[in-house]
Amino acid sequence: MTAAATKPAFSPKDDVTELALRDVAHARQPINYSRWLMWAFTLAVTLKFGWMVANNKNFEWHVVGQWFTADSILRGLSVSLGLTVVAMVIGVVIGLLLAIARMSDSKLFVMLSSLYIWFFRGTPLLVQLIFWYNMSTLFPQVTIGIPFGPTLASWNTNDLITPLTAAIAGLALNEAAYMAEIIRGGLLSVDPGQIETTQAFGMTRARALRRIIIPQAMKSIIPPTGNQLISMIKATSLVSVIAMGDLLYSVQAVYNRTFEIIPMLMVAVLWYLLVTSILNVGQSAIERYYSRGDKGRTVATAKPAPEAEAGMAVNLGDAR
Amino acid sequence: MNAQTISQAEPLVKARNVHKSFGDNEVLKGIDLDVMPGETVVILGPSGSGKSTFLRCINHLEAMNRGSIQVGNEQIGYELRGKHLRKLSARAIARQRRQIGMVFQQFNLYPHLTVLQNIIEAPVGIHGESRQAAEAYAMTLLQRVGLKEKADAYPRQLSGGQQQRVAIARALAIKPKLILFDEPTSALDPELVGEVLATMKDLAEQGLTMVVVTHEIGFAKEAADRVVFMDGGYIVEQGPPDEILVNPQHPRTRAFLSRVI
Ligand SMILES: Nc1ncnc2c1ncn2[C@@H]1O[C@H](COP(=O)(O)OP(=O)(O)OP(=O)(O)O)[C@@H](O)[C@H]1O
Ligand SMILES: [Mg+2]
Repeated sequence: MTAAATKPAFSPKDDVTELALRDVAHARQPINYSRWLMWAFTLAVTLKFGWMVANNKNFEWHVVGQWFTADSILRGLSVSLGLTVVAMVIGVVIGLLLAIARMSDSKLFVMLSSLYIWFFRGTPLLVQLIFWYNMSTLFPQVTIGIPFGPTLASWNTNDLITPLTAAIAGLALNEAAYMAEIIRGGLLSVDPGQIETTQAFGMTRARALRRIIIPQAMKSIIPPTGNQLISMIKATSLVSVIAMGDLLYSVQAVYNRTFEIIPMLMVAVLWYLLVTSILNVGQSAIERYYSRGDKGRTVATAKPAPEAEAGMAVNLGDAR
Repeated sequence: MNAQTISQAEPLVKARNVHKSFGDNEVLKGIDLDVMPGETVVILGPSGSGKSTFLRCINHLEAMNRGSIQVGNEQIGYELRGKHLRKLSARAIARQRRQIGMVFQQFNLYPHLTVLQNIIEAPVGIHGESRQAAEAYAMTLLQRVGLKEKADAYPRQLSGGQQQRVAIARALAIKPKLILFDEPTSALDPELVGEVLATMKDLAEQGLTMVVVTHEIGFAKEAADRVVFMDGGYIVEQGPPDEILVNPQHPRTRAFLSRVI
């Protein structure tokens, strides 16, 4: 703004033109040679590496291109994504219940919840999946009834446990144990004064959780949950051991036939990367939503700026 | 409110022989106190004398060990059925507390909700008022505490004094028959204390029933109907502010006042 130069001197000793030059509003960035050098070096290495990968015959990029959107691959991808979503949703819901149980003042609930978390976090997911898949050999019949009393309903385990249900049960129940601890950590991070306030105002526990506590806990729940979701996408590749046709399984099905192992794995790798990139963008959006109300984060704080500018314009006008 | 009507009415708060210990530390050693409808009672006393603890016993945020407190016809946290006193469920206690407002030292506004949402949360969510009516009343209250233009701001964008005035509006929004204040100005910068005290004085003059724990002797002098002086878990002396503050009888009251004035 050149208008600043026309502002009359505050004191007779003021050199108006020099003060205009000293105005920090027009200051330039320092020239930082080492930063430029680092950028140039990184760019050069990246380009060279990219060129090497792109021109390496062993990657067989034409095979990657040919299979990238093939039907069987897309079907595998949709199985992976579907499994991820379903297992994650069930995992979060059960995890929330486990977290609340573990923080309740009922000793029984605390114990049951701790036991669950101890067991499902303490055993490998792969083993859990295989157990679920082979449930029928352990318990041939599933019955609902009163313990040691009459039976109300009964099913053949083999009818219930398909690869799909085994995969969902294995992934979701395992996820629940991790989500329970993440959610519990989030709930603990909320200022106890907030909980006390909801009590003083006569809120029920359920309403306080839903309206006041969980929304505030979200800020610390979201980032590790994003991690979990990304791990889950990759964990779905484990279900190929129980003959579930996920992305990795469909890729394997192809290279077992064609022996184009590396390009087919590249197809899977690129899809996994693409999906996680999209998730990262989604995660940032959700994080922004739950930090509303933080200092300097909201539209409301941005508002005063135009006003301040308008105020300055008026002053300048007066000065002329 | 003159002395005549006070002596005839039933007390709104009736505390009898209140005892409270934290482990071996007996904090309240038998508190008896009546608060009349429309009365402003200011509780003074040195740090650690049990003022906050007593205040929190009134709405059962703290469970006491002996004695009883009745608010209106209810004993918060308990129910007398025939000859047996039973503890109530969390849900029933929540229902009992809905007529009592509370203002905290640390404001405790809900940081993820705007000022307006903070105020209408309880009226809409707990008392079942329509959103429209609650918002209209919230705006009246905001005008009363001088913050009408801040309705859409988030708490962290307000100064401490402004936050506390919003917290007062939030407590008023449930149309409480009693408001408890626990050192409402202690977390504020000195230049912000005045605006909050002025708001509270306003409420006292409008006949709200208030129990105020504070270190502000000036507020006690101007707004209190009665000053209660606590020390070591007892009420040492109580009476109108111009008696207790001007001519205290008990040596400990005298020592305390000479220190803070
Ligand atoms: N939750 C608690 N657990 C253990 N001790 C407590 C607890 N709350 C208060 N106390 C103790 O009870 C005593 C009285 O505390 P209280 O907060 O009622 O004092 P106060 O009169 O409000 O003091 P102040 O003016 O400093 O706020 C103190 O000795 C304190 O350490
Ligand atoms: Mg206190």
